[in-house]
Amino acid sequence: MANKITINPVTRLEGHGKIDIFLNDNGDVADAYFQVTELRGFERFCIGRPAEEMPRIVPNICGVCPTPHNMASTKALDYIYGVAPTPTAKLVRKLQYNANFIEDHYIHFFFLAGPDFVVGPDANPAERNILGVINKVGLDIGKKVIEVRKKTREIIKLVASKPAHPEGGLPGGVPRGITEEERKTIRRTADLSVEFAQFAMKLFKDTVLKNKNYLDLVLSDAYNLKTYYMALVDDTKKVNFYEGKLRVIDPSGNETAFFHPNDYADYIGEWVEPWTYIRLTHLRKIGWKGLIEGEGTSLYRVGPLARYNVCEGMATPLAQKEYEQMVETLGKPSHHTLAYHWMRLIEALQAAEDLQNIADDPLLTGKNIRNMNFQFTGKGVGCVEACRGVLIHDYETDDNGMIKKVNLIVATQHNAAPISMSVKKAAQAFIKGGEVKEGMLNMAEMAFRAYDPCLGCATHTLPGKMPLVIDIRDHEGNIIKTISR
Amino acid sequence: MADKPKLAICWFGGCGGCDEAVVDLNEDILKVTNAFDLVLWPVALDFKYHHIEAMEDKEITLSIINGSVRNSEHEEIANLLRKKSKIVLAFGACACFGGTPGMANMRSKEDIFQWVYEDAPTIVNPKHNVPQPVSNTTGYELTLPEFYGQVHPLNQIIDVDYYLPGCPPPPNLIYNAVSAAIAGNLPPKGSTLAPERALCDVCDRNKTKPDRLAISQIKRIHEIEADPEKCFLAQGVVCTGPATRSGCGETCIKTNIPCRGCFGPVEGIADMGAKYLSAFASIVEADTEENRKNLIESLDDPAGYFYRFTTASSLLKKRRDASKKS
Repeated sequence: MANKITINPVTRLEGHGKIDIFLNDNGDVADAYFQVTELRGFERFCIGRPAEEMPRIVPNICGVCPTPHNMASTKALDYIYGVAPTPTAKLVRKLQYNANFIEDHYIHFFFLAGPDFVVGPDANPAERNILGVINKVGLDIGKKVIEVRKKTREIIKLVASKPAHPEGGLPGGVPRGITEEERKTIRRTADLSVEFAQFAMKLFKDTVLKNKNYLDLVLSDAYNLKTYYMALVDDTKKVNFYEGKLRVIDPSGNETAFFHPNDYADYIGEWVEPWTYIRLTHLRKIGWKGLIEGEGTSLYRVGPLARYNVCEGMATPLAQKEYEQMVETLGKPSHHTLAYHWMRLIEALQAAEDLQNIADDPLLTGKNIRNMNFQFTGKGVGCVEACRGVLIHDYETDDNGMIKKVNLIVATQHNAAPISMSVKKAAQAFIKGGEVKEGMLNMAEMAFRAYDPCLGCATHTLPGKMPLVIDIRDHEGNIIKTISR
Repeated sequence: MADKPKLAICWFGGCGGCDEAVVDLNEDILKVTNAFDLVLWPVALDFKYHHIEAMEDKEITLSIINGSVRNSEHEEIANLLRKKSKIVLAFGACACFGGTPGMANMRSKEDIFQWVYEDAPTIVNPKHNVPQPVSNTTGYELTLPEFYGQVHPLNQIIDVDYYLPGCPPPPNLIYNAVSAAIAGNLPPKGSTLAPERALCDVCDRNKTKPDRLAISQIKRIHEIEADPEKCFLAQGVVCTGPATRSGCGETCIKTNIPCRGCFGPVEGIADMGAKYLSAFASIVEADTEENRKNLIESLDDPAGYFYRFTTASSLLKKRRDASKKS
């Protein structure tokens, strides 16, 4: 430890997450570990707080995806107070929620992952960023990205104060409704979002699917991992971000569980390892089998690829068409990790179409925004699909509605063990005979970047996006090379 | 290019929301990238730490730092950026006061570990594993950083030149701060780059505030249908507006929810909770001293209301700061 700190101070700047790669005598990759290095403890310091304050505290778990935390918390409050939100309140919540899916999916595609494809996986690192993307696609498009993000975040601001820290969210309702004037603006933003979603979709197809090298990469074994999948679906098993039941399929695509989120603890276990601060989720009924893939595994993945595999279609027509094309190309289930990106863009389209539907719903501007017919229970599980996957907030209160228990299970936690394995497989594919090519760094990064991992969420702790340090070690554990970003 | 002043943006124990807030400058961010050479911004750009190390002292004009200091990594980089920068700006509630995660200072590290790795209902831990700084269970030596027992605002670790509070800071104040740094007309060192007055003084609902504010019953926010135009305190709901610095744009109030103090205390006040408590006590109305006491005691979780964002910078628990790794 001390040696490493001295040799490798870079790690300590950028090392919110860390990867260790171990080589065997031949210089091939024997093993690789993806470690999460932080812990913050929201589950403990929220104890003693009034339950209704939780939707205002938990957004600080992650400022990149604060809306899902705000929403899961608000839904937990519905259960604690035994009330369903009024139809208008539910529409206002879904307004915020879909707006979040649009802006968050695009910040990932254009700022974080897009540079790999649009600028190129082995492009000059100094250009492999959002400015490089803008250079490539043109300033007008760059401004369009900014405009869509700005306007969808304005919707969040309208109903929840601050996009990076949404406030509000009350049991059975929302603190504020929508005026007719605001509805018109929202409808225009929705139209803009649908148009932009179709553009982004085309950009992805032109850049990735029509480029044989990229497509080969997407379909290669380096980026393939056979696991179970878990996602929320509605009654017709369509993708639903806001509510539904949790469905699990095995690596062959067969349904193995279908349950109400309230029962999550019967199905999900969290394993503790001494080498990471993150708790490794797995299917509890199978039991912990370690970091293995295939039929014997108990690991599952969440997020866009899981939603693609678990659902039986999209909830809106344009998104459904795109989904069908994806099924035609990749089949189901698809274990191709890079296919996360494709589904992410289809979801942004569904969210945009949904925004149109909500804006057109006459109930949106209704005055009845609170259901105060409380039937206090003191217990609540709030479950949503966050952009990165299934998010669960489980609270218990005393008779006065003060928090006495908090359990949080977040998207990147479900994906943590699979991310570790994905990085290992990519490393094994690209590092041979002890030779570490410079481009290998980005190839390994692409393996985890597809998940859009959010380590802030993962440990209820630190920032949303992760810089990375990779240590390459020989068979004696000595660091022979460090690559950092 | 070489003539442009250099700008670094860095995160420590934050949530990423402050970085999102910089992106929320929208088109204006292009003005910032025109005026400055960005030399570090981990969320968006690929510049490395060794680039910073190789720089001359004070070569960076402005370092914008968000997040609190929770471990030695944060402390090391805080020191490095301090050394290489002319101006250090503590950005956002966590860097300025510790933020909501600072509430963890009310609990011990052991308490947090016990729940997170043993007691939580979904834990399956037959071997009673606990994350270790050095572990060998995989057959390889793997290491993890070790954490301080407390959350620290930035100025408990390094000298800070300016403060920009908020969770997160709003775009107009970010733009003003960066513009002032470009123009070289920043106020005296130590200033907070936000208005000095209290939120109440600029709040639209102030005109509905009665001349003599009096609370005879404390209400929790879900218990009432809040009047969207009336002062929250006049409705019996805790609102930290009287003690909180203005500048946020009153976005929470406009969403019909009360202030929780993310902008920290008004100018000249060190301990926000103490300031608020005295303001609150003066408006509590009861006929007898005992009723008055009962009324104040009926307020659940005063620490969580009054110190929501400032626990780590408060005068509470100062003694625990003596030992960072406690």
